[in-house]
Amino acid sequence: MHDMAKHEAVAHHAPTSFISKHVFSLDHKVIGKQYYGMALLAALVGMFLSWLMRVHLGWTNAAIPGLHLLTKNGAPGDVMTPEFYLQLMTMHATIMVFFVLTTAPFAAFGNYFLPIQVGAEDMPFPHFNMMSFWVTFVGFLVLVSSFFVGTGPTLGGWTQYAPLSALGEVGGPGEGTGVVLWALSIAIFCVGQLLGSLNFITTTLDMRTKGMSLWRLPLSAWGWFITSCMGLTAFAVLMPACILLILDHVAGTSFFVTGNIVINDQMQPHSGGSTLLWQHLFWFFGHPEVYIAIIPGMGIVSHVLMANMRKPMLSHRVLVYSMGGLAALSYMVYGHHMFVSGMNPVSSLAFSFPTLVITIPSTIVVLIWLGSLYGAKLRINSASLFGLGFISMFIAGGVSGFFLAQPSIDIMLHATYFVVGHFHLVMGVAAMFGIFAGTYFWFPKMYGRMMNETLGKVHFWLSFVGAYAVFMPFHYLGLAGNVRRYQAFTPDYMQPLIPLHRFITVAALITGAAQLIFVYNLIYSRFKGAPATDNPWQATSLEWSTPTTPPPHNNFGDKLPEVFHDPYQYGVESSVGDYVMQASPEKVKTEHDEA
Amino acid sequence: MAKLVAVTIIVIAILSAIPILRHTWWMAEDISTHGALIDEQMSETMAEAGISFLASQFVLAFFIWKFSNPQPGDKIKNFPGGAKAMVWAAFLLVGTEALALGVFGVKAWANVYLTPPAADAIPIQVQAGQFAFYFRYPGPDGKFGPIHPDLISEATQNFYGLDQDHDADSKDDIVTAQMAVPVNREVHLLMHTKDVGHSFFVPELRVQQDFVPGLDVSLHFTATKVGKYEIVCTQLCGLGHYNMKAYISVLSQQDFDDWLKKQAALQ
Repeated sequence: MHDMAKHEAVAHHAPTSFISKHVFSLDHKVIGKQYYGMALLAALVGMFLSWLMRVHLGWTNAAIPGLHLLTKNGAPGDVMTPEFYLQLMTMHATIMVFFVLTTAPFAAFGNYFLPIQVGAEDMPFPHFNMMSFWVTFVGFLVLVSSFFVGTGPTLGGWTQYAPLSALGEVGGPGEGTGVVLWALSIAIFCVGQLLGSLNFITTTLDMRTKGMSLWRLPLSAWGWFITSCMGLTAFAVLMPACILLILDHVAGTSFFVTGNIVINDQMQPHSGGSTLLWQHLFWFFGHPEVYIAIIPGMGIVSHVLMANMRKPMLSHRVLVYSMGGLAALSYMVYGHHMFVSGMNPVSSLAFSFPTLVITIPSTIVVLIWLGSLYGAKLRINSASLFGLGFISMFIAGGVSGFFLAQPSIDIMLHATYFVVGHFHLVMGVAAMFGIFAGTYFWFPKMYGRMMNETLGKVHFWLSFVGAYAVFMPFHYLGLAGNVRRYQAFTPDYMQPLIPLHRFITVAALITGAAQLIFVYNLIYSRFKGAPATDNPWQATSLEWSTPTTPPPHNNFGDKLPEVFHDPYQYGVESSVGDYVMQASPEKVKTEHDEA
Repeated sequence: MAKLVAVTIIVIAILSAIPILRHTWWMAEDISTHGALIDEQMSETMAEAGISFLASQFVLAFFIWKFSNPQPGDKIKNFPGGAKAMVWAAFLLVGTEALALGVFGVKAWANVYLTPPAADAIPIQVQAGQFAFYFRYPGPDGKFGPIHPDLISEATQNFYGLDQDHDADSKDDIVTAQMAVPVNREVHLLMHTKDVGHSFFVPELRVQQDFVPGLDVSLHFTATKVGKYEIVCTQLCGLGHYNMKAYISVLSQQDFDDWLKKQAALQ
């Protein structure tokens, strides 16, 4: 495979037609940009849906002008119906988790920079790589198409708990065709990510250039490598689960439905399935997915921060081992989503301990970041601000994991806004901050132009303060018993919480609007940004050693680079300044050999 | 700008902690016998997580303040103790913290889930369905009649699918739309659903448990304070999920007996 893989990667020549260059491109860099573009589109759609939800949660009976244009029956008089709220919620979560948090930090940046960081001309299977993107894109279209079919998209939440998800239209609007399209979309998505993971793993193991040992890989590359190993196993479980779910709809099977189910006074024609089976399969994917979303961000942020701290991390290896530990443990902790699911209560205790233990590698990562900041020569720019913001958000979202790891406390917090606050901070906002840090850092390499720093800083301030204003109060709501996935807060004890919901809504609208500044900055800088040099941040890894910016079709021109140093030689004395690049043969005094 | 970032982080951290310290929004008052352990566990976790949160945000802010905007000629410095100190700190601090919480937490959990109900606990059935709870008391014979799913009918208000013409045990069963329990008596709650997954959550009782199609789930609790509390569904069950709720009245034994008699007369 080694030779064949290398042969195919080397064999494809620079494309000449528009289609082969920009649409069905085999170039990992173009594919990375395609993934980024899709993630950006998906993020804007997901954010727009969250705006609609937030307005409705603050002012439940208010008309949202034009809302009826989005739905056939979901907004009579522009007022959102309960089912349409749940449909928007399900689509918001599905779009964000799969098509933004998985694609942007992993598939987009990983595609663009992993081959360059290992010193390769491309990925070993460029056709698989092209398919990976287009398959994923089709998955996105299938998901969005459910808005326009039958009774609309599914309302069952991104977790699609059976049997609600498996009974068909009788379960509620969108639970027939809507669920089938959802499951089809996710199964297709899984195929795309499996192809991508295969490429990432082989790129890392087989395509490294001369001198690039595994320990010389930058942390961002380690993040993508570890994530692709998780992708290969997690998506391989979700895909068959989705296929079984589709069969329950179209083939009359009962994988996830038990007998004796009565809806509308009618016995449902099912028997013999298991509803908990779906939860086990889903969360066996679902919890690793949290780390699939965040580990690339950890790698990217470490990479970005080191260039801006002008020093390496306290320990490269400890960070890699910790990320690997998180990945391995993530498969053993998934049952903490199911403490009160009716699963054996002893199992809950068994799942609780690894969940508490996983805080150890998380804490090590945070302490290494903090300890590395000590004695740094920190540059403040948009990229490093978002990197530092990532750390702050990861801490804020991480500590609430302590609560949710304990079954006894979960009795009070399960299915409340506390959980919503926890995962939005730790995997949503933190991962987004990782994406932003990566974007401000790598944009000059990708487009040959700098992004506007002033706009970047405004974007940071509004996002940082805004994200806390939105998601911290979620924890308070949860402590007060505010149940999630409610379209209106009808229980008496939730009424006093509505003013806090209104505060969150206003904060969410402002924070969301701030993201448009980022989009404007992307478009503006793409065409009008100041020209970038080959290495504007004086960084060390191979992406800054390409002969041109953006890199040529085969990344390094005639000759692949040779690597002479560990990845983060900052704070040394060399002929170019306080750093030495991986591809530079220059010997320097006091070289860091920590890695 | 770095100093502003540092100050902002500290201000946000403190502002975030204030509502927690003041209990501005907090758990409802506990009215159960097992809840004290859960609340204690919650307080300990809050203290440990709160200290971790504040300490790490403060350190982050302090380092950003101190080590940004370097002057030419400044040299980087290494953290004394290096990575080893960090790994040890994580294992010792967080490891023991996690272990302690885990071990103590077992007791709180076991109280609810790993102990059998008392022999004289009052059996009450609860059936969840889109989008209502129905409760069943066994009547004077102390036995629940069998459920026939094919007879379940909202139209004829036979919510439990009882066949009172043929099943002797069903004849005196009492089915209600609201729940009542006597104060200071253990209740053995027998849970099942007629359709999809639901959940039974009463914050004051420190009880939350899913209904699982195909499984009979049970739990037991003792309410210690007379009053009226809300039962809400916490498992997404369809478009009416937000409105799926009922009341649980905790009554004196006398009031409970009277209530049950009145309900029996209404059957």
